[in-house]
Amino acid sequence: MAAKKMAIIATKGALDMAYPPLILASTAAALGWEVQIFFTFYGLQLLRKDLSGIAISPIGNPAMPMPVPMPVVVSMLPGMEAMATSMMKAKMKKKGVASLTELRDLCQEAEVKFIACQMTVDLFEFDKADFIDGIEYGGAATFMKFAGETDVCLFI
Amino acid sequence: MKFDKEFDASGLSCPLPIVKTKKSLADMAPGQVLRVVATDPGSVCDMQAFAEQTGNTLLEQGTENSKYVFFLKKA
Repeated sequence: MAAKKMAIIATKGALDMAYPPLILASTAAALGWEVQIFFTFYGLQLLRKDLSGIAISPIGNPAMPMPVPMPVVVSMLPGMEAMATSMMKAKMKKKGVASLTELRDLCQEAEVKFIACQMTVDLFEFDKADFIDGIEYGGAATFMKFAGETDVCLFI
Repeated sequence: MKFDKEFDASGLSCPLPIVKTKKSLADMAPGQVLRVVATDPGSVCDMQAFAEQTGNTLLEQGTENSKYVFFLKKA
């Protein structure tokens, strides 16, 4: 039986949105699937060597569970994003949720292919030296070539 | 049940119990049995799905000291 294939487009760089692509990719790889993730726009932040800047904001995120109800005007105060991020990370650690770095390492170990959107790199003038090794740089055509052969294709 | 190797996934959340079970199986020989212990309630469905999709046999599953226990035979 030929291995199943999955392609994911990762477009978001916030802490909560960083998890689904890496969770699904590492799991699919563990199931023997061939997986590629195409990182574009803010998703490209997930390829940085240092992921400590990945954050979550209560602003524009009304479904985020908060310890106490928090009006938007309070969420806007300086330091609230940092506080929300460190609270979320502490909760994840306590509940045994893997860090983004660990999940990303597991993906690479399982030969999930990471493709960085070259256009985004140029657009935001990112320095490739800030990104991890073992990734390819390509465009939409590169993604479509693999996406066209997949069983599951997701835009996250 | 007899087993050749054990992996303790206690305290780990999705997807780590499955991803690390796969890693634990990697250096085992076909026919050998891996015992997995987990606390993630999602692992009950996940381990069945893992076995079905990878061809490894889920010989037995149950609970022990309020933890979930699985016996997987490597394909």
